[in-house]
Amino acid sequence: MYRYDEIDRELLRQRTEQFRDQTRRFLAGELSEEDFRQLRLRNGLYQQRHAPMLRISVPYGLLDSAQLRRMAHVVRKYDKGYGHFTTRQNIQLNWPQLARVPDLLAELAEVQLHSIQACGNDTRNITCDYLAGAAGDESVDPRPYCELLRQFIALHPEFYWLPRKFKFGFTGATVDRAATRTNDAAVHVLRRDGAIGYRFFVGGGLGRLPMLGQEMNGFVPESDLLLYSCAILRTFNRFGRRDNLHKARIKIVLREWGAERFRAALEEEYAKIAASAEGARLKLLPEDIERMRAHFGAPPYRPAAEAALDPDTHAARDPRFAAWLKRNVRPHKIPGYRVVFVSLKAPGQAPGDCTAEQFEALAELCDAYSFGELRSTYDQNLVLADVAERDLHALWGGLDAAKLATPNIGLTTDIIACPGLDFCGLANAGTIGVTHDIYRRFDSLEAQYEVGPIRITMSGCMNGCGHHSVGHIGILGVDKHGEEWYQVTLGGSAGNDAAIGERVGRALSRNEIAGGVERLIRAYLELRSDEEETFIECYRRVGMTPFKARLYEAEAEGGLGEEAARLVAA
Amino acid sequence: MTRIIARHAIVEDDWTLAPEGAAGAPASGKLIVPLARWRAEREPLLASAAAIGVLLPNTEDVDALYPQIADRPLIALQFPTFTDGRALTQAVLLRNRLGFAGELRALGDIVRDLVFWLGRCGFDAIVPRPDQDLEACRGALGELDVAYQPAADAHAGAWVRRRMRARG
Repeated sequence: MYRYDEIDRELLRQRTEQFRDQTRRFLAGELSEEDFRQLRLRNGLYQQRHAPMLRISVPYGLLDSAQLRRMAHVVRKYDKGYGHFTTRQNIQLNWPQLARVPDLLAELAEVQLHSIQACGNDTRNITCDYLAGAAGDESVDPRPYCELLRQFIALHPEFYWLPRKFKFGFTGATVDRAATRTNDAAVHVLRRDGAIGYRFFVGGGLGRLPMLGQEMNGFVPESDLLLYSCAILRTFNRFGRRDNLHKARIKIVLREWGAERFRAALEEEYAKIAASAEGARLKLLPEDIERMRAHFGAPPYRPAAEAALDPDTHAARDPRFAAWLKRNVRPHKIPGYRVVFVSLKAPGQAPGDCTAEQFEALAELCDAYSFGELRSTYDQNLVLADVAERDLHALWGGLDAAKLATPNIGLTTDIIACPGLDFCGLANAGTIGVTHDIYRRFDSLEAQYEVGPIRITMSGCMNGCGHHSVGHIGILGVDKHGEEWYQVTLGGSAGNDAAIGERVGRALSRNEIAGGVERLIRAYLELRSDEEETFIECYRRVGMTPFKARLYEAEAEGGLGEEAARLVAA
Repeated sequence: MTRIIARHAIVEDDWTLAPEGAAGAPASGKLIVPLARWRAEREPLLASAAAIGVLLPNTEDVDALYPQIADRPLIALQFPTFTDGRALTQAVLLRNRLGFAGELRALGDIVRDLVFWLGRCGFDAIVPRPDQDLEACRGALGELDVAYQPAADAHAGAWVRRRMRARG
């Protein structure tokens, strides 16, 4: 994990004091609401329904146990005892008081956590493959490059007032686990003929007019990470629209210009930078990359013989452990080790929420069993990336005691959802209640196992924080005459087969939506060619028509479907 | 005269901003004219004894334009709102890529909390919004004295500083 030196510490200290002074001036009436708004956004403060929301950046999703303990402390001291993990691997607090936020940020700064550029029209927290360094399909660990770019874009004076927010997503693996092409820029770190370089995509973005990034350059040399990123940001700063907030993302430039014209402008700027003194200043040398790579070295794995223990022995004795082992544990590239997923989707819990007690339990458990670190994932779960097989049963016991062992990773109730109308000032409709309704319909794990891998995503408004447009089943909350309604899209995906979902038809009411989701899933179970065919594969084979018929079946019958009525009665 | 910040000091401004639509060369003094007028009246303006600076729209491509303005003693760039950062890119390009060494002046919605970023992007003259405290604006130029990346000021990239330190 990256460890700050005096440059990082001093920068963050000065930044924290800068915001303390801005907050003081606002509270003293020396700064107008509108002028202060732009400053607080760039320090992670967003005005929500009840209070300001503070978004804390988790750079590329990596947290250590000291940070987890500090999170437990701050959510108790400054909030209501819990935090919320977001789809950008960040943590949000829903109830801080503005006057106390400078102190809160100072406490976070002591453990290398901050809210720099967490909101606002600037470069946001970089997201990354949550299995970086541990995945068998990885060709290059992307984290050193994430940190080099993080430092380049943090408080970059030229790119501090962009037309709109700008997000980078990284992977160095074959399987895209970070929804990279939903980012304004996706960086795929790869090897070609023995040399490391980057494949850059530009123009992705969810929200209104969801789009996937388009390839701009198939191989930018390793030394030019900052040059090429600078060229992208400069092109955006010059040409991004500023006349309409809803058309200000870089994806709109791509849409209006076409990929070819954008690529020509970008490559021209890249060439100009490369040919100038600026290019020489931004070029990374092998020693710079080596120095950064040293922060992300492999942990001291025990020899396989010592680490390995047949967890099946425990599984045979304990079916709950067996279910968890099957659903929440994945292979690791090192023999004797496994990757463990921590589900933040327990029944009755808002997706992604984590209490102070859970932060503390996680700190203990990752200290004991995963070299003191964990990662947040874009689908609002956590990962302990380096667990010895012989520790799996003990770890499970600790997670289970903290209600963090729900064996539903990748299944129906592993729903991605934004905070929705209960918290967010932008939302048109609630999300948490709907997730609870869906949960109630699928609370039997057997039913979820029967359905298999599926991604349900839900956003409370067009902005799409809950990734509804890339869900296999996507749900978008809309407001109709003051009532909450839900539009359904099908066929989206955020992985290697990334696709934007297609809208099925009219919206469903708050009472209808969970039943509608259940009917879609039942339709899949009937339509699939065999048990191996997943929901998304089935949808792509048979198309929307049979699913659409089932979604609106209840309406045709003039009420709830038989199945749904039975479930409601039960 | 308006008081502004120039080269880290609060000074009386001796430049005049020509009103929109004005024409004709002044006999003397220091005048900032819009780019369109500079293009239209370049010869008479150059023939007068006045010093002439040029005000650019923030949509202008400075790479392409530069040969027309390279010899000017002052280039003024515009911030219609302090959140519109297009002129920051213009400034960095003028300083770093094109080598402009004259006065680079920020005009428009200039608030104290933009000043630090202006300084890093190479502006050496700043005309704050009338409601802003000049002394506070001047002080804001040095609000942070550490940076991660080079811009159009003296800071080197953090990776370069670490490189130098490692080499001894």
